[in-house]
Amino acid sequence: MHFFGRTPDTIWTLIAAPAIWAGHFLASYVAAAYVCAPNADIFRGIGGVRVFIGGATVISLVLIALFFYRAWRDWRRRTTGGDRGTRQDQEGFLEFATMLLASLSFLGVLLDATPALLIADCR
Amino acid sequence: MTHPEEGATGPDQNDPEVRRGQEERLRKVWAAPAGWRYLSSVNNTEVGLWYVGTAMIFMLFAGVLALGMRIQLAVPENDFLSADLYSQFFTMHGTVMMFLFAIPIFESLSLILLPQLLGSRELPFPRVTAFAFWCFFVGGVFVCGSIFFGAGPKGGWFMYPPLTTQERFTPGYGPDIWLLGLSFIEIAALVAAVELIVGTLKCRAPGMRLNLMPLYAWYVLVVAGMILFAFPPLIAGDILFELERLFDWPFFDPSRGGDPILWQHLFWIFGHPEVYVIFLPAIALLAMIVPTFARRPIVGYSWVVLAAVGTGFISFGLWVHHMYTTGLPAISLGFFNAASEVVAIPTGVQIFVFLATCLAGRVIYSVPMLFAAGALAIFVIGGLTGVMVAMVPFDWQAHDSYFVVAHLHYVLIGGMLFPVVAGIHYYWPMIFGKKLSARAGWYAFWPMFIGFNIAFFPMHFSGLMGMPRRVWTYPEEMGVALPNLISTIGAFIFAAGFLIFVLDAVRPRKDQPYEKRNPWDAGTLEWLAEMPGEAWGVRSVPIIETRYPLWQQPNFIEDVSAGRFYLPDAEEGRRETIITSVLAAKPECVVRVPGPSHVPLVAAVLSGLVFIFATFHWWLLTGATAVAAGAVIIFWLWRGTAEIPEKPEKDVGLGLTLPLYRSGPASVGWWAMFITMFGDLTAFLSFLFGYYYFFTLHADFPPPGTEGPGLFWPSVAAGVFVVTWAVAELSKRSNRSGRVAAARLLMGLAAAGALAAAGTLLWGPYATRLDPVAHVYPATVWVIVIWVALHAAIGCVMLLYCLARSLAGRMTPDHDKDLSNVTLYWHFIGLQALLAVATVSLFPLAV
Repeated sequence: MHFFGRTPDTIWTLIAAPAIWAGHFLASYVAAAYVCAPNADIFRGIGGVRVFIGGATVISLVLIALFFYRAWRDWRRRTTGGDRGTRQDQEGFLEFATMLLASLSFLGVLLDATPALLIADCR
Repeated sequence: MTHPEEGATGPDQNDPEVRRGQEERLRKVWAAPAGWRYLSSVNNTEVGLWYVGTAMIFMLFAGVLALGMRIQLAVPENDFLSADLYSQFFTMHGTVMMFLFAIPIFESLSLILLPQLLGSRELPFPRVTAFAFWCFFVGGVFVCGSIFFGAGPKGGWFMYPPLTTQERFTPGYGPDIWLLGLSFIEIAALVAAVELIVGTLKCRAPGMRLNLMPLYAWYVLVVAGMILFAFPPLIAGDILFELERLFDWPFFDPSRGGDPILWQHLFWIFGHPEVYVIFLPAIALLAMIVPTFARRPIVGYSWVVLAAVGTGFISFGLWVHHMYTTGLPAISLGFFNAASEVVAIPTGVQIFVFLATCLAGRVIYSVPMLFAAGALAIFVIGGLTGVMVAMVPFDWQAHDSYFVVAHLHYVLIGGMLFPVVAGIHYYWPMIFGKKLSARAGWYAFWPMFIGFNIAFFPMHFSGLMGMPRRVWTYPEEMGVALPNLISTIGAFIFAAGFLIFVLDAVRPRKDQPYEKRNPWDAGTLEWLAEMPGEAWGVRSVPIIETRYPLWQQPNFIEDVSAGRFYLPDAEEGRRETIITSVLAAKPECVVRVPGPSHVPLVAAVLSGLVFIFATFHWWLLTGATAVAAGAVIIFWLWRGTAEIPEKPEKDVGLGLTLPLYRSGPASVGWWAMFITMFGDLTAFLSFLFGYYYFFTLHADFPPPGTEGPGLFWPSVAAGVFVVTWAVAELSKRSNRSGRVAAARLLMGLAAAGALAAAGTLLWGPYATRLDPVAHVYPATVWVIVIWVALHAAIGCVMLLYCLARSLAGRMTPDHDKDLSNVTLYWHFIGLQALLAVATVSLFPLAV
């Protein structure tokens, strides 16, 4: 895959960013649930998990940003309006939709990381 | 390729005689059977109509239940309904509205609309569509009928254990009827979802690239995908639940290591995406209606796709917001709180897109637009309270109160019922050739809109004043009598409005003339429909170059109707449609879809009886019917699928020749198997989720002193599975390269291997005496291995089927759809077997 060249877009590149969001969400939830279960010692600190979620957040944000960048690079060089039946139109549409989804996913990852920033134990 | 006549060869489409002959042949081929054979019809137009009609009848039934509840709650300490009957009423109201109306109405409308929207003749599996409908019909009548015998489920539409698992709380068959009846309907919904996904990906008219797809099709794709991942966890939960009720396996019983919260997880992993499964298709209808009446293409097509895809993903990260009060750690709640706020962004984007389209265009008045506007007004209020209840501290106050009842009805009626009524008004002429009455629409809308608000707005207040949900009455001193009386009055005004709509829909309109073609002057393909309609879908399969071909492609309707595009004829007397590639919609092959048959009806009734007999524990009958249902399905496959065509390819017009038979990823059957197995894998992963969930819950899991299932037998089983999997793949390759005898031998070997794999996998827990009743650990291990072993047994039948096809000359080296799909099945089973063994055998050693 030519990550930084002009590259063909597919349904998979379209959903990559929200899939990263989903992976981040699942990892954060499972990690916190695993450490706190069975939820008997509610004052137990969860520093390790918070660091883990912080790391996962940075990685996810970078990956989503790369997908955004990849779509944006191609999209700004577009020459068509994106609503006709050519290959370029299809690319332009997928690139723009990828950018939008990446933006939403970026925001989603940021917001989903805030509980780990603010909550220090299993209460 | 701007005009179809350039380079055209073959018959002269400008000759009226040629056209008349083609039309006669097409009409004959696509005609619905008449008389008593009518029920054997599989046309998407007929089956879709039955489906919509049945769903609407269930909806009216559930609406009557709601009115019963409102009468009961009109005054304090009323005795119109007993507590017991009231519980049945609210349980059935929720269940029927969700499972028998909201989901089926989307799937059934899509079954009617999708082929038209995509410029296709039919969806790829019409008999499967008919099967799904009959399953839905049988299951729905069974579930609804129970209330007339006082045997209805009464544990709420979410059936929380232990209230519903223990005989002392809930005696009788109610929960079994709910579980088995609905599991059956969920399977039907999954089947329809597979059909819709394959239809959207593979049956688009040539040239209809992803960026030209009608927005409705985008939503269908997203929603059907959500169904695929959301329903299997519930089916898995249903299996656990039913095993507890029937055989006392303690999945949700804390005294033996189980946990009722697991059910809540599995239910809401289904239940929250479900809300969007209902909401998105309704928005999709608006995305078709608004541009038509704003007289311009939609503003921000990509933004709507963003909203659909984004909501589809995020909706899977919301389920715990139904469980804020279960005592999960605050950090877990925080994740779901955050995601629940994020989902408001794509939801809001859609509303702004509609407003922008209206502002940029010139809106003309119509009944569909009236309902669309009402829908947005109501939904926005529901969305705002949604943002409120998504916040943990607020939800702790409002949980299980009428505030939530108000919220969810604003969301569902604004986000679903009003758009559906708008859609029915809008699409009525496409289906029947005549419009519904504009005046009746106006008279229906205002009582519905005003009555709805009178009924549900006061519930915000009665809820905040402390009125709990699901309780059959309230004392005078609570001070909620007035809002309740107002709500009841509003509910009846609302119902009166809806009744006007229903009466207008069912009244005879013999004298009303047919509408002109494209009566709303819309721009999308479904309005190619003739008035009155023809059963053939499109007269010829067009080449698509724009998003609104009727507006943007010159002379489009005339060219399609004159048969100047692909497949203008049915020379061989077969029902045919074109299969195209996923992204660019390049023509790949012609698929011949099957015609009318009673087999789907018989198969559905027999499968339904399996579930019904199981409900009442009539095991002999259950077993016998299961065998009969299996036999009918094999008969169906044998006679009606993977037929070898009389010639390898066919001229479809415009100088294009396409093959009539493709196997592997170019065939729709392969895609259907692939997508089905994804759903199947999701159900399996839900069981694994259960295993690891219990692991986190217990300090010792497996419990001390438990040795099963051990390492030896599961390892042997894993080995046998891998070998069987490889032999199945080898048999496909041998067959393709022409070594038919070797392929047959390998198929036989693989079939034997499948049985051996299942046996060795089951032997591990059996030999180590794991008792599933004693504790949740052995119960969970058993569920996982039985699931995989059952799949291996089905895989064995599949391989023997392929062997028989090969021996009967129905499968050859060049025509190997059957084996190609069965091998794909085995890829998934091999993966599941390895995951299962890694979990039950290796994982306990590693921790």
